[in-house]
Amino acid sequence: MSVTYLEAIREAQTQLLRDDERVFIYGQDIAGKFGGAFKATKGLAEKFPGRVLNTPISEDAMVGTAIGAALEGMRPIVEMQFADFSSIALNQILNNAGTHFFRTNVPVPITVRLPSGGTKGSGPFHSQSMEGLYSHYPGVVVMTPATVEDAYTMLIDAVAIDDPVIYCEHKYLYYHLKADALPKESFPVGKARIVRPGRDLTIVTYSAMVHEALAVANELRNDGFEIEVVDLRTVKPLDTATVLASVARTGRLLAVGEAFPWGGVTAEVIARVATEGFHLLDAAPARINAKDTPIPYHPNLWSEHRPNRKSIAVKARQILAE
Amino acid sequence: MLQAAAGKGKSTTKKTAPARSTSSKPKVHDRYLEAFRWMLLSRILEEKLASLYRGGMIVGGVYLGKGQEAVSAACGMFLQKGDVFGPLIRDQAGRSAFGEPLIDVVRTYLGSVKGPMRGRDGNIHRGRPQENQLAMISHLGAMIPVMVGKLMAKRMKGEKGFVGLTTLGEGGMQTGASHEGLNIAAVEQVPLVVVVTNNHWAYSTPNEREFACANLVDRAIGYGYEGHTIDGTDLNACLEVVETAVKRARAGRPPQLVVAEVLRLAGHGEHDDASYVPPEMKSQPFAQDPVARTEKFILENGLLDANALQQMRAEISRQVDEAVSMAQQEDAPHAREEDWRGLSTSPLIDNPSA
Ligand SMILES: Cc1ncc(C[n+]2csc(CCOP(=O)(O)OP(=O)(O)O)c2C)c(N)n1
Repeated sequence: MSVTYLEAIREAQTQLLRDDERVFIYGQDIAGKFGGAFKATKGLAEKFPGRVLNTPISEDAMVGTAIGAALEGMRPIVEMQFADFSSIALNQILNNAGTHFFRTNVPVPITVRLPSGGTKGSGPFHSQSMEGLYSHYPGVVVMTPATVEDAYTMLIDAVAIDDPVIYCEHKYLYYHLKADALPKESFPVGKARIVRPGRDLTIVTYSAMVHEALAVANELRNDGFEIEVVDLRTVKPLDTATVLASVARTGRLLAVGEAFPWGGVTAEVIARVATEGFHLLDAAPARINAKDTPIPYHPNLWSEHRPNRKSIAVKARQILAE
Repeated sequence: MLQAAAGKGKSTTKKTAPARSTSSKPKVHDRYLEAFRWMLLSRILEEKLASLYRGGMIVGGVYLGKGQEAVSAACGMFLQKGDVFGPLIRDQAGRSAFGEPLIDVVRTYLGSVKGPMRGRDGNIHRGRPQENQLAMISHLGAMIPVMVGKLMAKRMKGEKGFVGLTTLGEGGMQTGASHEGLNIAAVEQVPLVVVVTNNHWAYSTPNEREFACANLVDRAIGYGYEGHTIDGTDLNACLEVVETAVKRARAGRPPQLVVAEVLRLAGHGEHDDASYVPPEMKSQPFAQDPVARTEKFILENGLLDANALQQMRAEISRQVDEAVSMAQQEDAPHAREEDWRGLSTSPLIDNPSA
């Protein structure tokens, strides 16, 4: 058997609907035979009548409704058609769900799925990575699974968490990643994973960029460098301890993320290492992000807008040469 | 006065002249006096809050429902156990009628740790979501879909016979969120009443810069709601119309839109002198003070005598004073004792200096 990242998401939702009557899925074009723009819910509406519901094109109201249902004891999953459109729902996610526990002592267990990240030809409004933006605000957990196994277990974990979870699933990984089977056990939420041990440089990353980093690590091995790759898995909370322990071993840090460069996850990683592990560093830490422009449509532009194997390798060599 | 009925797709909204009572004994809603008590409680409590604010005892804002007490009281009164209330800025009367304890109000305004918000949020943002009183966020329109979700979930859980009522100002009705929320409620066909109170001002902005339709209730047709209008200064009309709307929603009719006309008889908040309100507006029929109008009606029709009214006032004032002095003695929050948790799941709290 082989399972794709997308199938893992669908399977997690199937199980959630089967095992927990509090779960329902709310989103655009997710019901009927259609099963969602990316087919993440294909077949589920038929299998679970009344629990996979199409909504009007109303991102704000979709999340607002999910909040209300969560307050009434349900565990709604909201599917955004693209992460980019969740900007319309920022108010409900951050000002309503994200403040609710602090204000009232009543948590809001919603999961918002964001099909994230760039794919060829998707342009400025169907390519965004919004994890940094969501993480900036209090009151939410932000997940960025990079593997089929994590896509599966973390979605199940997300629904079990009593607080709002932003689950960033990478569109490029949907079909490109495959695993032999789905895992029985999950790695703890909030823990980063060392996906490749090394001794010369730590690359801290998450989501699709984990695979770019692994490719760079393989490439540089030919030159005798052993790169350690840390997959953050959740960017909020950020597992600072695992990152610091890795930098303690390698003395060098490169943070890589697909989101825009100002602030964000990579800046946070570097800030934490610089403030809490300055003495561990043998070279200045560095980071690579997308460029500070909207995400371009044409593949020639797009492939250079985002971090890629080439740009990561160049930066890695620079740090290693210091 | 039911003015319009717009069922899904078919009916139209039509306006009729308000019915005038010709008989010497006017028809009085059987909960008229009870409603008046909530109105008076709201008025007396808010006067107290305003004076505490002027005395520097309340930080942040104080927002009064002055002028809206009749319609607001009606909003709280026909909800039963299991129903959900989503009040907004000027709903003290409705909140009290729904069952919000007086002490919750005062504790929240004074920031007592014993209040429902424990100093973490203030004034009108209070609520008890687990007791079906939603805690509004400031962003206008945001609470409509939250109410829709509450009602959908109740339906999914197999509950029956419940309704939700949420309120909005005519200003708040113009946000994108309100549009999405009003629409999704009708799509989901939840048992919902939305009461919009047009108090003619959104902070300092007059109606003509807020919307350009003839009457906001006309939107009922567009959304697939049944629409009603009321003179929000007429308690009897408020009780009849809101009661009808609540009954209809409970009976499975489409969502109900009630639009009440009043004048905001205070500033936007107590920091605001409302000098932008033109004097001639204050003599419009919708500018009547509903508390004074109701009181006059009660006396003229012998529902209570002046003595009984005076007693009612004194009793309410005593309750308000007691609540205030109790809350004033309670601890304010301390930054050092605060747990500073933004999540309920402790292991998932991000801690940069871990
Ligand atoms: C989305 C949003 N924008 C701005 C504000 C600031 N604000 C608070 S109340 C208010 C006026 C609201 O007018 P209306 O809805 O008519 O209610 P009223 O205050 O008249 O009762 C404004 C502009 C807000 N709370 N929410």
